[in-house]
Amino acid sequence: MSEGTVVERVGALPQRRMRMRLRRLDGKVSPYLYIAPFFLLFGVFGLFPLLYTGWVSLTDRNLLSTTTNFVGLDNYTALIHDSYFWNAVENTLGIFVISTVPQLFLALVLAHVLNTKLHGRTLFRMSVLLPQITSLVAVALIFTQLFSRDYGFINYVLGEVGIGKVDWEAGDYTSWIALSTMVIWRWTGYNALIYLAAMQAIPDELYEAAAIDGARPWRQFWHVTIPNLRPTIIFTVIISTIGGLQLFTEPFLFEPLHSGATGGSARQYQTVVMYLYEKSFGSSQFKLGYASAIGWALFMLIAVISLVNFLIVRRIRSAD
Amino acid sequence: MFKHIRSRGRGRLVALLALTALVAAGATAGSAVGKARDTITLRVSLFGDFGYHNVYKAYEKSHPDINIVEDIQTYADHHSNLVKHLATGAGADDIEAIEVGFISQFKAEPQFFQDLRQYGAGSLKNRWLPWKWEQSLAPNGAQIGLGTDVGSLAICYRADLFKKAGLPTGRAAVSKLWPTWKDYIAVGKRFQARAPKGAHFFDSGSNVFNAMIGQLNPAYYDKSGKVIVSTNPTVRAAWALTTTGIVAGESAGLAAFTTDWNTGFKKGVFATVTCPAWMMGYIQGQAPNTSGKWDIAAVPGGSGGNWGGSFLAIPKQSKHPQEAYDLIKFLTSPASEAYVFKNTGNLPSQPKLLKSGPVQAFKNPFFRNAPVGQIFANSALSLKPQITGPHQGDIQTAATNATIRVEQGKQGPNAAWNQFLKDVQNVA
Repeated sequence: MSEGTVVERVGALPQRRMRMRLRRLDGKVSPYLYIAPFFLLFGVFGLFPLLYTGWVSLTDRNLLSTTTNFVGLDNYTALIHDSYFWNAVENTLGIFVISTVPQLFLALVLAHVLNTKLHGRTLFRMSVLLPQITSLVAVALIFTQLFSRDYGFINYVLGEVGIGKVDWEAGDYTSWIALSTMVIWRWTGYNALIYLAAMQAIPDELYEAAAIDGARPWRQFWHVTIPNLRPTIIFTVIISTIGGLQLFTEPFLFEPLHSGATGGSARQYQTVVMYLYEKSFGSSQFKLGYASAIGWALFMLIAVISLVNFLIVRRIRSAD
Repeated sequence: MFKHIRSRGRGRLVALLALTALVAAGATAGSAVGKARDTITLRVSLFGDFGYHNVYKAYEKSHPDINIVEDIQTYADHHSNLVKHLATGAGADDIEAIEVGFISQFKAEPQFFQDLRQYGAGSLKNRWLPWKWEQSLAPNGAQIGLGTDVGSLAICYRADLFKKAGLPTGRAAVSKLWPTWKDYIAVGKRFQARAPKGAHFFDSGSNVFNAMIGQLNPAYYDKSGKVIVSTNPTVRAAWALTTTGIVAGESAGLAAFTTDWNTGFKKGVFATVTCPAWMMGYIQGQAPNTSGKWDIAAVPGGSGGNWGGSFLAIPKQSKHPQEAYDLIKFLTSPASEAYVFKNTGNLPSQPKLLKSGPVQAFKNPFFRNAPVGQIFANSALSLKPQITGPHQGDIQTAATNATIRVEQGKQGPNAAWNQFLKDVQNVA
């Protein structure tokens, strides 16, 4: 062993140690770097606006005014006594219920049908997703035309059948039904595909066992399919709750005079987000502070309703 | 698994670097082009087409260093975006159009706009109708915009439907039918008694109500800037008269600018419509097949009333205020306004022009050769200004909703009025 090689080895040692350390660091730090983009984006576009909105909701910030004062919980106190806000909450919940319940039920049935051996089922499975890829604005405008009072197709059909014309936009419940139709049309296929994917994960053995036990298709659906879909149903209910309570584009475009965002002549279909929009940008009020308070109230409302829905849906008998 | 992720991560990093390089290259290229140019680009933001294209061309010819770019948005988007751009201090164009419904709101915040008096607008004051000049005058005396057009009122009516209902059809005789709004509503009852099936006397209660309100002074605001909707007896009287007409079935229940309203023009479901000068172009566009059926009579209530008309303003954030001012001075010059009137029907806001031969002699063949220049110009000249306030537009929206509630049968006239007052309290 010569002197030279010893010196060489001593020199190589720190280098290798460095590499080792880097590798260890890589293993520890890199995963965080890889997930960082999401959290960075969420921080910038999700968390920061959320907190900032919270701060603005405690002020009397007005878009056109140069001064802003801290007002504490004044906006929230005013909101609790604002009958138009509660009207919007009632409308939103009403539209949510009559759009989501039939929607998820239809999606289940649709998924069940798509899960059987149909001819050309790939075509059918793809086509239920079509409403999803159409422009929301186009959908809202076309449905608004369909439900139009004088020259709408639906009233034309009702007139031919002898039922007579319905002023869909003017009535409380009729406008809710019209809006729910748009929501159902758009989201049923989406939920059906989620259910379908979950159904395909159910092992065939369960159905075979059920069949041997003498269970008919309907009983199999009820006692094998549904319990196995439980986590998926919970997921779709929560997602629909979050989406449904933020309904805006459909009612906004449904309004014939869509400038004020009042949601009909008597605010019969003004949703919470529309009211938020009215207070911030839809009218000359520009009350950003108040609108922010509405935003936070909606956030809490969604959290509460989601929790309630979760507790209800959890009662579905589990497969485990 | 981990290895797989890492290699994908590296690929992404390379892609990210490439993208950054690309963006940086694009940015330098962009600034290089910007520096090479000596011309100034002026951006003009409008709602709808103001008929300026050839006017721009003429201006660019005489000013080779100016390049004009126009941004057009819808009425509602244009104004709400302007507010956002002013509030955030960025994004507004060099020149911004403001409609009369929004002018009170913007002039209440003159700090966002150039005071055009600094550029010598004061010497141009006599170009405009006095009330047009005052409408864009801020409380602190600053002039924030130069007037483009005005929307003085007349009544467009379907002569063919009038004939079927046994009413006179000539415009002089029709004008004589309704010296006051009370007479107008009464004629509506006569029309309705013998009207062809499915035809109504007017399109919507809101248009009738807003026309009545337009002639009042004071209407929604008093001199001190207080909202006086609930205490002003003339507003209440206009409401009573409008709802009488609605309850008598005179309204087709079609609010302005809805799709059903547009179709209503084609199908002839209403015999009269409140008609500012720009409405002529609108009707011709919506219902070209009704040429020769429409005619134009004087507005009830005598003097004036106004619906529409705009101003051109220069936001403080514009980097070329002097150049922008020179351009709006040109766009609102008598020659430009006369040109625009001839081509689009937008009525000039300048008395000299309104009294001039070409405007006074202008006839519209679509409206049975009605002397529309004379009708609208005289209506504009006799118009008295109204005190308006920052929430004028929202109060009008609330009023429109109130008339619709009566038309839809959701509320009686009194209940609708009470909710209107509540809405007004909510916005003001």
